[in-house]
Amino acid sequence: MSEKNLSREESYSYDRKTIDYIRNAAAHGLYEIRGMGAKRKLPNFDDLVFLGASLSRYALEGYREKCSTKTILGTRYAKKPIELEIPITIAGMSFGSLSANVKEALGLAATAVGTSTTTGDGGMTPEERLSSKTLIYQCLPSRYGFNPDDVRKADAIEVVIGQGAKPGGGGMLLGQKVSARVAGMRTLPEGIDQRSACRHPDWTGPDDLAIKIQELREMTDWEKPIYVKVGATRTFNDVKLAVHSGADVVVVDGMQGGTAATQTCFIEHIGIPTLAAVRQAVDALEDLDMKGKVQLIVSGGVRTGPDVAKALAMGADAVAIGQGVLIALGCNHDSYFQNGEHYPACADYSALGTTAGFCHHCHTGKCPVGITTQDEILEQRLTPEFGAKHLKNYLQTLNMELTTIARACGKQNVHHLEREDLVALTLEAAAMAKVPLAGTSWIPGVGNI
Amino acid sequence: MDSLKFDLAEIPLRTVNTFLHQEAPGQGVRKVLITNPDGAHNIAVGLDFPVEIEIVGHAGYYAGGMNKQASITVTGSAGTGVAENMMSGRVHVKGFASNGAGASAHGGLLVIEGDAGLRCGISLKGGDIVVGGSVGSFSAFMAQAGRMVICGDAGDALGDSLYEAVLYVKGSIKSLGADARIEPMAEADLATVKALLAAAGPAFDQYAPQDFKRVASARSLYHWNADANQEY
Repeated sequence: MSEKNLSREESYSYDRKTIDYIRNAAAHGLYEIRGMGAKRKLPNFDDLVFLGASLSRYALEGYREKCSTKTILGTRYAKKPIELEIPITIAGMSFGSLSANVKEALGLAATAVGTSTTTGDGGMTPEERLSSKTLIYQCLPSRYGFNPDDVRKADAIEVVIGQGAKPGGGGMLLGQKVSARVAGMRTLPEGIDQRSACRHPDWTGPDDLAIKIQELREMTDWEKPIYVKVGATRTFNDVKLAVHSGADVVVVDGMQGGTAATQTCFIEHIGIPTLAAVRQAVDALEDLDMKGKVQLIVSGGVRTGPDVAKALAMGADAVAIGQGVLIALGCNHDSYFQNGEHYPACADYSALGTTAGFCHHCHTGKCPVGITTQDEILEQRLTPEFGAKHLKNYLQTLNMELTTIARACGKQNVHHLEREDLVALTLEAAAMAKVPLAGTSWIPGVGNI
Repeated sequence: MDSLKFDLAEIPLRTVNTFLHQEAPGQGVRKVLITNPDGAHNIAVGLDFPVEIEIVGHAGYYAGGMNKQASITVTGSAGTGVAENMMSGRVHVKGFASNGAGASAHGGLLVIEGDAGLRCGISLKGGDIVVGGSVGSFSAFMAQAGRMVICGDAGDALGDSLYEAVLYVKGSIKSLGADARIEPMAEADLATVKALLAAAGPAFDQYAPQDFKRVASARSLYHWNADANQEY
C-alpha cells in the first residue's frame, strides 16, 4: 500500500499526546513532573475587552493627564501598610527554584519601579533583602528557612495556604537543585529530592489560622501587613475564611499560575482559571462588605498591561506576576547574554528534549538561560544587572499600558477601573467573570434565563 | 529592674508582649512572672533576649513561639504549637502540651513533663524535645534535624518521612511512619539521651538511657522511587 493511502485518522480520546502520556507512565512508573503553568486552553483575560470612553464616558488625554497608579496594601490592621508606586508586584518564587542572581535581579527591578518582590519556599536570601526595598516574606507549610529574624526584616508576611499551579499540594525541589547553599538554608541533606509538606505544621483550619496570624502580628508588634495566599479552587469560601481569619490582604492564584516543579496532573487538572477566581474573590469581599478594607491581589497568568487593567477592573487591588517576570529575564529565549556577548542556547534546550519557546524544564536545574538553576556555570548566564534592566522595562511597559487603558476609560486612577468597563467575547468568559457578553446585557447564570 | 510581674487579668497581652520586645531587653530585665494567663494565646512570642519567664497557669496556642534566648516555663498545660519555630533558649511545660508542640523548631530545648498531642516535633529543624509522657500520632513527621526523647509511648506513624532527626522512645510505638526504622543504640545515642534527660530537669532523673530505642530514617525516600509510590 502506498504511503498516501495509509489511514491517519487520529483518535480524539487517544491522540498523540495521550498515547505519549501512557507510554511514559508505562516506562517510568512515576508521574511527570515539570515547571511553569497550565498549557491547556483556558478562558482568560484575553476573552474580555474594555468599553473605552465615547459620548457616554469622557476620556482623559493619554499623553498629558495624570493617572495615578499608587497602591496601598494592608490597611486593615497593620501599622505600616505597604505603599507601592504601581499595582504590579512580583510573585513568590524561591531561592532554590531560582538562582541567587535572579532573586537579586527581581529585587533590583522591583525597587526601580517602586513595587514589591516576594520570597518563596526556602527562606530569605541576604541578596534579595538588600536589593528589595519592599520584600514580602512567605510563611509556607514547610517553614524551610523560616525564622524570626527574617520575619522582623520583612515588610509584610504572606501565609501561603496554596498555589494556583498545585492547590492542595506541597512544594517540590528535585535533588539536582538542592545545592549545598539551598540545603543549608532548608536544613536538608544536600542533593535529596525535596518534597515539602502541603499543610502547615502548627495549625489546621481557619480558626487556628486566625490565632497563627495573631501570633505573627504579636511578634511584629502589629506593624506588618499579613497576606494570605490561596490557590484558586473554592475561592468564594476561601476568601471569606481568609478575611475571617484576619488577613489584611488576600492573594488569589489562579490555575494558570506557574511553579518550578510539580506533577503535571496538578498543573493541568486542579484549580480554576484566574478569570473565574477573581470574580469569586471580589464577590466574597463584597458579600462581607470588606471591599477596599481587605485588599485583593490576583495572580496566575497575568502577562500584559491589558491583563493587569482587566484584573483591576474586575476588582483586584494589585496583581502578582511570576512566569511573565521570568520570561522578561530571558526564560525560553534562544540565547543568553554573558560577558557582553549573546550566545546561542539551542543546544542546551535540545539536550533537555525541548526548544526555546516550549521549555518547562525548570525542575531539572539545567535552565539553558541560567534562571531556574543552582548550577555554578549555568547561573552565570544571567547577571542581576542584565536581568533587572529587562524586568524593569517589562514592568514599566505593563504600567504604561495599564494607565493608557485607564485614561481611555476616563479614569484618573487605575483603581477606578470597574467591572462596568468590561464586556466578554465568549460565553464562558461572560459566565465566569459575570460581565455581559459584548453587545448584549446578558450575563449567563445571572438573573432570569 | 531585675524582676517584673504582669497579671493578664489586669493588663492586655499586647502590652506585655510589646514590653518584652521593645523595652525589657534594654532595661536589664532578667525575670518576668505572668499570672492569670487563662489559656491566652501567643504569650511571650518572638522574644530575643536572655530572660526567665514563668507563666503561672495554662497557656493557649503558640506560647513561646519563635523564641530566641529566653527560658520560658509554663506551670500548667500549653495549647497547640508551644515553642513552634523556636531558634534557641528553652521552653518548659510542666503539664501537658497540645498538638504540634515544638513544630519546626530550629534550636533550643522544649521540655514537656506530661503528654504531648498529635504531631509533636513535626518538621523539626534542629531543636531538641524531651517529653515525659506519650506523644500522639504523626509525631516527628518530616522532622529534618534535632532530637526527640519520648519517655512514654508513641502513637501511629512515628517519624513518617523522617530526614536527619533522631528519635528516642522508651515505651511502645504504635506504628512507624514511612521510611522510619528502629536502629541499635550506640554509645553516642546513650550519651545523647543521658544529656537530654539531664537538661530536661530532675523530673527526668528516673529514666535510664539504655531503656530507649533509637528511631531514625532509613533514607530510602530521599530520592524518587517508583517502587515506593504509595509512600510519597
